[in-house]
Amino acid sequence: MREFWHRVVNVLASLRLTLVCLSLTMVLVFVGTLAQVSSSIHDVQARYFESLIVWWPLPGGGGSVPVFPGGHLLIGVLLLNLIAAHAQRFRWEWKKLGIHLIHGGLIILLAGGLLTDFFSVESFMKFAPGVTRDFSESQQEIELAVTDSSASELDTVTTIAGSRLRRGGEIAAPSFPFRILVRDYFANSRVQMLAQAGPGAMPAADHGIGANVAVLRVAQATAPNERNVPSAIIEVRDDAGKSHGTWLVTDQLGAPQDVRMDGKSYRLEMRPTQYYKPFSLTLTKFTHDRYPGTEIPKNFASSAVLTDPERSENREVLITMNHPLRYRGHTFFQSGFDQKISILQVVQNPAFLAPYIACVIVGLGLLVQFSSHFFAFLQRSKATRSAP
Amino acid sequence: MRTVFLWIAIALAWVAWNSRSVVAPANDPGVAAFARLPVLSDGRLKPLDTVARNGLLIMHGKQSLQLEDGRQIDADRWLADVVFRPSVADEYPLFTIHHPDVLGLFGWEQADRKFFRFSELIPFLQKIDTQGQQADAVESARRTPYQTAIRNLRNALIVYQRLKSSLRPENSLGFAKEIERFERVLPAGMEAIAHREAKQPFDEDSFSAFIGLAANFRNMAGMASLLPIPPRPGTPESEWEAMGTSILDAISRRGIPKATLAYARAGDAWQDANAEVFCTEIASLAAELAAQQPSATRRAGFETDFNHLAPFYQAMGLYVLAFLLVCGSWLGVGRTASNTVSPLATAAFWILVLAFVIHTFGLGARMFLQGRPPVTNLYSSAVFIGWATVLIGLFMERIFRDGIGSVCAATVGFITLIIAHHLAGSGDTLEMLQAVLDTNIWLATHVVTITIGYSAMFLAGTLATIHTLRGCFGGGLSEEARRSLTRMTYGVVCFATLFSFVGTVLGGIWADQSWGRFWGWDPKENGALLIVLWCALILHARWGGFLRERGLILMALFGNIITSFSWFGVNMLGVGLHSYGFMNKALPWLGAFILSQLALMALAWWRLPPLGHSTASEGRPRG
Repeated sequence: MREFWHRVVNVLASLRLTLVCLSLTMVLVFVGTLAQVSSSIHDVQARYFESLIVWWPLPGGGGSVPVFPGGHLLIGVLLLNLIAAHAQRFRWEWKKLGIHLIHGGLIILLAGGLLTDFFSVESFMKFAPGVTRDFSESQQEIELAVTDSSASELDTVTTIAGSRLRRGGEIAAPSFPFRILVRDYFANSRVQMLAQAGPGAMPAADHGIGANVAVLRVAQATAPNERNVPSAIIEVRDDAGKSHGTWLVTDQLGAPQDVRMDGKSYRLEMRPTQYYKPFSLTLTKFTHDRYPGTEIPKNFASSAVLTDPERSENREVLITMNHPLRYRGHTFFQSGFDQKISILQVVQNPAFLAPYIACVIVGLGLLVQFSSHFFAFLQRSKATRSAP
Repeated sequence: MRTVFLWIAIALAWVAWNSRSVVAPANDPGVAAFARLPVLSDGRLKPLDTVARNGLLIMHGKQSLQLEDGRQIDADRWLADVVFRPSVADEYPLFTIHHPDVLGLFGWEQADRKFFRFSELIPFLQKIDTQGQQADAVESARRTPYQTAIRNLRNALIVYQRLKSSLRPENSLGFAKEIERFERVLPAGMEAIAHREAKQPFDEDSFSAFIGLAANFRNMAGMASLLPIPPRPGTPESEWEAMGTSILDAISRRGIPKATLAYARAGDAWQDANAEVFCTEIASLAAELAAQQPSATRRAGFETDFNHLAPFYQAMGLYVLAFLLVCGSWLGVGRTASNTVSPLATAAFWILVLAFVIHTFGLGARMFLQGRPPVTNLYSSAVFIGWATVLIGLFMERIFRDGIGSVCAATVGFITLIIAHHLAGSGDTLEMLQAVLDTNIWLATHVVTITIGYSAMFLAGTLATIHTLRGCFGGGLSEEARRSLTRMTYGVVCFATLFSFVGTVLGGIWADQSWGRFWGWDPKENGALLIVLWCALILHARWGGFLRERGLILMALFGNIITSFSWFGVNMLGVGLHSYGFMNKALPWLGAFILSQLALMALAWWRLPPLGHSTASEGRPRG
C-alpha cells in the first residue's frame, strides 16, 4: 500500500506529467479558440474551459462521449503537480529562489482562477438617470418570482431558480398557498400572438397572457450577442391537488400575471435572476463622449450616488471605462449603454487579488532566474574569450 | 577598414538622398505650404499632407498617382485638385477596382486596366451605394470577396465626395465672391425671414438669394470631412469648424473668420490655375493659422516632414543592405589572414545601428504625434516588434560577434516593416483610440510587454531558421557556431517567457479593471496564453533533458507559427472583445508563412543530427 502511494506521488510530482498537461492545455486552448467562431463565448467557456471533461455529442442525438480533459481538470492536475513536485523535492537554496518564486506565484494564480470560476458572480445593473437600484441582474440565469402584495408595507417575494424549473415536477413553498407544477420548460423560445402563429397553433396556456399566444421551442442561442428566452408552462394546483389552470411564464413578456387563490392575489413573473445588495446606487448622470467630428467613442461615464444605511455611507461616485467602483466585495464597471440607460457590470469575486499578487511574484521570479543565467553566461563567455 | 567606411558612406548617402524632399520640396512652394496646413479630420489634428496620402491609399492603393499620359502627380497636388478643382480630379484614373463581379455590375468586361475615373462611375453611384450598404450589413468575417470589394469601393467614393465638399462648394465659379454676396444679402435676408415668419410682406429677392446661398453652405458643412477652421477664441480647443459652418456663423453676427476667406481665395486661384496668387493666399493662410494655433501648426509641419522622410521605408532599405553584407561575410568575402571578423560584418553592424536609429526616430515621432505609448493598433505593433527585435539582435551581435545577431535583426526588422507597410493601406495609422484603449498606463505596460514577447519569439524562430539553413546547406555549421546558436535560442526563449508571461497577466489585470474579469478565454487572450504555455513547455522539456539541439530548433520554429497565430490569426476569426484589430486580407500570407515554417521543420528533422552536442545540463536545476 505504501509502495502504491509512493508511486502515485512520484507520478503526480513528475516533470512528464507537467509536459503532458501543458501540451493538452495548448490543444484545448487552441480548439476552444476556434470554437468561438460558431458558438457563443459562454457556451465555449462552459464546454471547454469550465468543465472536467469535454463531451462530444454523438450524431443522431444518441448521447455524448468524453473526448478530452476539460479546463478545470487540467488546471487542477497542474496545480497538484506543482504542489507535489515542490513538496517532494523542496530544498531551500538561494540559487533556486527564482524557481520557487515562479512556481509559488503560479500556484496562487491557478488556485485563484479556480476559486474565481467557482465563487465569482457576474451580473448587470441597468438604469436610467434618476433611477435607484439595490439589485443587479444576471445575464444568463432566470428565476420565477411569486409576489404577495397583500401586506400594506412590504411585499413577500419568493423566487424559484431557473434550474429548479428546468428539472420539472411540483414546487411548493410556505409563502404561497398553492403548488406549481411545471408542465413544460423551454430553454429558448419564441412567443407569438396566436393570430400570427399560423393555422393550427395552440394557445400556450388557458389563463393569463398564455391564452392568447403560442410558444415555440427554438434552438439555443449560439451567436455572441444572442440571448436565450426561457419560458415555462406551469399549472397551479391547490393543496388538494385540484387544478386552477395553466399559465405561460416567459422572459420575453415584461407584464406580470396574477393568480387568485383563497381570495388573495399573487403575481407571477419570469425575470433575470436578481441579486440584492445591502446598499443602493442612484444614477445621476450618464455621459457618452465621442471624438470631435467622428462616431468613435471616447469615453463613457456614470455619475451615481452610493447609499449604504448600514455603514452610513452617502456619497457621489464616478464610474468610467477603466475606472471601476469597488465597494463591499462588489466591483462596478462601466460596461456599455443603451440610449440613455447606463449598463454597469457587477462582479463579486473573492479571489480578485490573486492575479495581482501572482503577477508580481512570478515576474520577480522569472527576472531573478533568467538574469542569474544570463550573468553566469556572460562570465563564462568572457572567461573563454580571454583564455586563449 | 576602408571597406567598412565605404559601405557606411553608401548607406548614409542613400539616407540623405531619400531625405532631400524635406529640405527642397519636389512641389512648387504653394502646394508644399498647402500640404502643411493643419485640419481636424477623423477626430485628430493632422496636416493636409496626411489627409492626401491616406485618401490616396484608400482609393488608389498608392501614395502617388500616375495619369494616363504618363505624368506622375503626388498626393498633395492631387488633393489640391480634388478640393479646389474637382472637374479636373474627376478625370484622374483613381479608383482601384479588381473584382470581376464589381466590374460586371457596371456591365464592363474584365478590363485591361484597374484604375477608373470618378466620371466613369457617376452613372453607377446609386447601384454602388445600395450594394455597398447590403455588404456593410454583413459581419466582416462573413463577407464574400465581392462584398468586401463593393463595400471598399463605396467607402472610397464616400471619402472622395466628402473631400470634394470640404474646402469649396463643388460647382462654385467664385467662392470668395459667393461669401461676399452672402455677407451682403445677410441683413436684408434676415429681415425678410423675420417678416415672413411674422406673416408680414417681405422682400422675396433678398429672401431667396439668402436662402439659396445658406442652403449651399449648409450642404457643404454637412458633407465635409475636413474641419479646417480653428476654434474661435473662447471656444474649446477641439471645436474646429467646417468651411460651411464658419460662413453660416455670420448669421449669429460672429463674423466670417479670416482663414475661411483665405481658403476661399486660394481655392479660386487654384481653380483658375493661377499658381502665383495661390501661393500668396496659402502663405497668408499659413501665417494666420500659425498665429492662432502655433502648436497645432508646428505639429502638422512636423508630421508633414515625417511623411516625407518616410523613416520606416529608409530603415527597410538599410536592413536589406545589412542582411546582404552579413551573408557576404559568411561566404568569406573580404576576409583576410589578418582579421578574424570580416569588414563586411563590421559594416553591416554599423549600418544596422544607423537603421535602428532611423527606426527609433520613426517610432518616437509617432509617439510624439499621437501622445501615446508606441503600440496602439496592429500597424504599430508590427513597427514595434521589428524595433524590439533589432535592439535584441544588436545586443546579441555585440556579445557573439558572429553575424548571427545582425542577420536576425535585419531579417525581422525588414519583414515586420513590410508587414506594417501593407497594414497601412486601410487609412490613418495614427487613428484615435476607442474608449477602452484610452489609457496610457496599460498601453505602455501590457501592450508593450506582450509585443516584446512576440519579438523574442520571432527572434528565437529566426535563430532556429538560420541554424537549419546553415546546418543543411553550404557545408554545415562548425561545432562552435552550433553551440552558440543553440545557446542564443535558449536564452531568447527565456526572455520571451518572461515578457509573454508578465504581458499576459498584465493584460488580465487590465481586463479585470475594465471588463470586470481577469480571464475570459477571449481569442486574443488565448493566443497570448498559447505563447506562454509553449515557452513553459520548451523550458521544462529542456530542463528535463527531453529536448536536445534539434528538438529545440523544431520547437522554436513551431513557436513562429504559434506567435503568428496569436498576433494575426486570432484577429481573423472575427470574434471576441479585442475587435480593434480585425483584418482578414492577410489570410493567404499567414497560411504561406505557416507552411514555410512547417517546411523548415521538416528540413531540420530530416537533415540535422538528432542530438547535436549534449547541452542538456545547461541551465538545468541540479539535484
